[in-house]
Amino acid sequence: MNNQINDEIVLDVQDLTVSFRGFVGKVQAVRGVSFQLPRGKTVAIVGESGSGKSVTAKSIMGILAGNAIIEKGSILYDGDDLTKISEKQFQDIRGKKIGLIFQDPLSSLNPIMKVGKQITEMILENQKVSKKEARERALDLMRDVGIPDVEQRFEHYPFQLSGGMRQRIVIAIALANEPEILICDEPTTALDVTVQARILDMINELKYQKNLSIVFITHDLGVVANMADFVYVMYAGKVVEYGTSEEIFFNPKHPYTWALLSSMPDMDSKEKLLAIPGTPPNMLEPPVGDAFASRNRYAMEIDFKEQPPFFKVSDTHYAATWLLHENAPDVEMPEVLRNRIDRMLVEEEEYHKGRGEGNQ
Amino acid sequence: MSMYFYSGSGKSQQVVKAVDDVTFHIYQGETFGLVGESGCGKTTTGRSIIRLYTPTSGEMFLDGEDISGPMNSRLRRYITDKVAMIFQDPVDSLNPRMTVREIIGEGLEVRGIKDKAVVDEKVYSILNKVGLTREHATRYPHEFSGGQRQRIGIARAIVVEPAMVIADEPVSALDVSIQAQVINLLGSLKEDLGLTILFIAHDLSVVKHFSDRIGVMYYGKLVEVAEADELYDNPIHPYTRALLSAIPHPNPLSEKRRRRITYDGLETHDYSVEQPSMVEILPEHFVYCSPSEAESYRREFKRK
Repeated sequence: MNNQINDEIVLDVQDLTVSFRGFVGKVQAVRGVSFQLPRGKTVAIVGESGSGKSVTAKSIMGILAGNAIIEKGSILYDGDDLTKISEKQFQDIRGKKIGLIFQDPLSSLNPIMKVGKQITEMILENQKVSKKEARERALDLMRDVGIPDVEQRFEHYPFQLSGGMRQRIVIAIALANEPEILICDEPTTALDVTVQARILDMINELKYQKNLSIVFITHDLGVVANMADFVYVMYAGKVVEYGTSEEIFFNPKHPYTWALLSSMPDMDSKEKLLAIPGTPPNMLEPPVGDAFASRNRYAMEIDFKEQPPFFKVSDTHYAATWLLHENAPDVEMPEVLRNRIDRMLVEEEEYHKGRGEGNQ
Repeated sequence: MSMYFYSGSGKSQQVVKAVDDVTFHIYQGETFGLVGESGCGKTTTGRSIIRLYTPTSGEMFLDGEDISGPMNSRLRRYITDKVAMIFQDPVDSLNPRMTVREIIGEGLEVRGIKDKAVVDEKVYSILNKVGLTREHATRYPHEFSGGQRQRIGIARAIVVEPAMVIADEPVSALDVSIQAQVINLLGSLKEDLGLTILFIAHDLSVVKHFSDRIGVMYYGKLVEVAEADELYDNPIHPYTRALLSAIPHPNPLSEKRRRRITYDGLETHDYSVEQPSMVEILPEHFVYCSPSEAESYRREFKRK
């Protein structure tokens, strides 16, 4: 697998800072987020509710709420800074070059319009084709996203389709104008696991077929493992750690990533979960130092005073924690997590051994 | 136990068999996990047990007493005394106009404890047990975070010392880190108080983590019942296998090569000739299948 970060960068987000005006003050939702999306890759942004991951996605699409202020930073796409261009210019990008899939398929579809028409409308709006051609294209798209009996489904209203089918229609609409970039904001959170599995497989397949670059936003680390080439872990409006998917899952460095990984129920053991004590900070007045410090059992004095910079772990792997400073004491990840990762690595070794013998 | 919903009348009458001929038992002090996807009838099963619905047919026994008969004040009293419920949505299930003390104390007052000091004492001690403090008692639900509200819901359920708790998706509305807190809390309460729990959820990893035995539901039928580890190590019913293969694991290497099993009930089984029923394939491991399927499942495990 090619994990070089020097691939062509399609989307470059730099130091993005977004606040919302509220009754009692400014909520600092995103505080200096930077990430790069290489062509044909999936970047996953993981975090809990309120970590700023959805606001980041909405900034890219230019659909922030009216009380949002982009304080600083840039979103570079195709030579333009998406934070600076006019709404009119944005209309040539949104839905055409960058597609978007939301969490809830029912609220992103028009309930009183047949689904076929909703797809053709998108095509007719943006491409110079006849109605008949648009219909053909829409049917093709529906087949692409795995909808059976397309001719029949074309005439259905959203309420006549199951949740999984609706999400497929939403994906078909997002892909109607062959975008370069697809932004998926929790696309499978509202779906059942078996349906989720099929939708994720489908998105992965479309990614290779159409050479899509995907920004995938989720809170579910299992889904991330399935989808991502690169992972960015967000907490309290900041990226706290990023790297390739293998680096984040097998060699996590930030205590928040540790906590997130070890609070997931594990199928292979009945160990008590390592819950993260407390709750996320109030973003009206974010803490001075590391925002995670008050919930962090490994926090040091400096964590409460000064924001840690990114420390380099490898060329692609960085983590913002003082624990990586040369003067910091040696702290190992929690034992539960260490054991779990070791088990996964052993499993991996056995798998390769098994395959090696099978090939001979 | 069956629960059918009727809509329309005469020719246009439609019957939704939400729960169809489901049989299981829960031992004292045990946690029984009921999993399945949306619409499989797991919630209806739970609600029928506390008699929010009257089952269409079948019997339910609680501590040896029949609780499926016609509802009367004695039976209502019996069920509300013995069974408590924890709901999914911690926002909707707490009355916004009541303080935490009123919410938790209400169950006690209904049960005839009139002495305010006794109620207060019990409320404070239960708040401590669920990881809140007595200062929280005078506050209203909106002042709490999602995880804390679910703690209040749990406190309300266990303060009346029920024989059984039905937890319907108690953690699915919460963030992962908070989810772990609540699971750990339920786990320690289970041990301390010897609670019997019916744990209803769609997330298999959570259910597996928490339950002693697990029942898998599909389209209103219970298709497989076994001990938690047994079910994960030796899933037999094709739907259980499909469900297990669909869970994403936090392991990028194994995720990228895994094959998922798909399941279509109509294609997999041919029940036109043979009637399916619950069959014990392995010790304490029941599967819903026809006699010939049972035969082939058994053969499969003999070979192993």
